[in-house]
Amino acid sequence: MTTIETVTGQENTMVLNMGPQHPSTHGVLRVVLELDGEIVLKARPVIGYLHTGIEKNMEAKTYSQAITMTDRIDYLAPLSNNLCYCLAVEKILGLDIPKRAQYIRVLLTEMTRIASHLVWLGTHAIDLGAMSVFLYTFREREEIMKIFEYVSGQRMMTSYFRIGGIALEPPPRWLDRVRSVIDSLPAHIDEYEGLLTNNKIWLARTKGVGIISAEDAIAWGASGPMLRGSGVAYDVRKAFPYSSYEEFDFNVQTQTAGDCFARYQVRVAEIRESIKIVRQAMEKVPAEGPIKAVMPGVVPPSREEMKASIEGLIYHFKIYTEGFATPPGEVYQAIESPRGELGFFVVSDGSTNPYRVKVRAPSFINLQTLPKLCEGRLIADVVACIGTTDIVLGEVDR
Amino acid sequence: VDSKQPDKSLVVHQLKAWDENAVSEVIVFRGETTVVVPREHLMRAAAYLASDPSLHFSFLSDISAVDRFPLEPRFEVNYHLLSLDRNERLRLKVRLGGSDPVVHSVTEIWPTANWHERECFDLMGIRFEGHPDLTRILMPDDWEGYPHRKDYPVEGYR
Repeated sequence: MTTIETVTGQENTMVLNMGPQHPSTHGVLRVVLELDGEIVLKARPVIGYLHTGIEKNMEAKTYSQAITMTDRIDYLAPLSNNLCYCLAVEKILGLDIPKRAQYIRVLLTEMTRIASHLVWLGTHAIDLGAMSVFLYTFREREEIMKIFEYVSGQRMMTSYFRIGGIALEPPPRWLDRVRSVIDSLPAHIDEYEGLLTNNKIWLARTKGVGIISAEDAIAWGASGPMLRGSGVAYDVRKAFPYSSYEEFDFNVQTQTAGDCFARYQVRVAEIRESIKIVRQAMEKVPAEGPIKAVMPGVVPPSREEMKASIEGLIYHFKIYTEGFATPPGEVYQAIESPRGELGFFVVSDGSTNPYRVKVRAPSFINLQTLPKLCEGRLIADVVACIGTTDIVLGEVDR
Repeated sequence: VDSKQPDKSLVVHQLKAWDENAVSEVIVFRGETTVVVPREHLMRAAAYLASDPSLHFSFLSDISAVDRFPLEPRFEVNYHLLSLDRNERLRLKVRLGGSDPVVHSVTEIWPTANWHERECFDLMGIRFEGHPDLTRILMPDDWEGYPHRKDYPVEGYR
C-alpha cells in the first residue's frame, strides 16, 4: 500500500483530494485536504488547471485586440474587466472620456455586479443545499444577460467598452429595458432573503463559519466583500473613484463578523446599492451625445466620417491594421469588480502592443485565504468557504 | 490633481529622509509614483513602509515582474502597495540582472505575497529567497522554462 505523505506529519490522518472535478469547486479548483476524521487539519488549494496564458497572449495583440482577452478572464463580470483594461490604457494615453460614455460604463458595470452576485448567490445556495434560490437568481440574471445582448450583441463576451469610450451607440429604448429589470429586482431580492436570511439551515451552515479577522484579511490581501465582511470599508469606487463614480450616491456595505453569513449580507446589500447606482445612472445618461473621445489615430472615426473624409479613412485603416502607439510608461489601474480590487498593470514601451499586462485578479488573491477560513473546521464547511470566497477559476488561473 | 489624495511626494520625502540609500530613483508617470529600490535595501524599505504608523502601507495589492530582455538589468519586480489610512498607492520597483534574478521574499511583511511570488517564479523565473514554498503555481510542476519571459515564444516551443 502506498502512503501519502501528510503535511502535519500526524498519524491516523487522511489526505483527501477534492477536485479538480467537483461540483462545488465552481470550476477546476483542486483542494488537497488533510483530515482527522471530519476535521480539516490542512487545506492546500492547487490551481492552474485553467491557465491559458492570457497575459502573455495580450502582449502579442494590439491594444484594441487585447480587449477581447479581458472578457475571458472573469467570465462572470466581463464588462468590469473591459472597463479596467480600457481605463488603464486610457490612463497611459491621457484620454478624457465623454461623460455620456462614462455613465453608460457605470450603468453596465453595476448591472454586471448584480448579475455576478446573483450567480454567486444561486451557486452558493445550491452548494449548501438550497436548490430553489439557484433557479430564481438565474431567472433574473438571464434578464440582465438579455440587456447585455441587446446593447453589445453578446451575452457574455461583450467587449463593449473600447479604448476611448464604448463600441456602439446603445440601441433605441435600451433604458426602458434596463428600467423594467431594475424595477422588478428589489422584490426578487426580498424573495431570496425570505428564503435564506432567517432560514435555520442557512444560518447553521454560514454563521460562525469561515471567520477571517480584519487584520488577517488585510495581511492576506483580501478585497471586495471578503474584506468588507470583516469590517474594513475599503471600496475602490469610493477610495479611488474612476469613471465618475464620485458623482454617485451609494454606501459601502460592511459587516463585522467576518464569517460566511457576513459576506452573504454584504453581497446582498451590494446588489441593492448597485440598483441605486443604476437608477442614478439612468437619470444621468444624456439621450444624445458623444460616446467616444476624440483622439485621431487612436479612437476609430465614426462610420460616416470614415466614408466621407480621407483622414477618416486613413485613420480607420491604420487603427485596424497596425493599431496605435502609446507613450512609454506604466500604470496600475484598479476598479472594484464584483469580486474585489481588480487591477491592470499595463506597461507600454511606445509600440502598438502592450509590452506587459499583469492582472491583479481578486479571486486569485482571495482564494489564498481558503486555508485560513476552513482549517480546524468540519469538512462540510470547506464547501461553504469556497462558495463564499466567490472565485472564478478563469480569473484565478488566467 | 485630486484634492482628496495626499501629496504623493510626502511619502518619497519621508522615505528619503529615513534612508537616502534606499531610494535610487523616483519616477512619476500619470500621477503614479514609482520608487526604485536597490535590491539589498528592499526588505528594510518594505518593512519601514508597512510598519511606520504615519505611512502604514499594510495592504500589498500586487507583485508583478517585467522582462526587459535584451536590456540589462533584465528584470523588474514591481510591488504595488496601498495604504488604507492614507488612501494612497505606491509602487516599489526592484531591478534584477538576467544572470541572477534573486530577491528576498516579502512574505514576512505581507503574507499575501506568497502566491504573488510563486506566480513570478513560475512564469518569469524570479527566485525569492526565504519564501516558504517556492513552487510552480499556474504551470504544471514538471514544466521547463518560464513562459512570460520575452525569449519564450507565445505559442511555446514546438
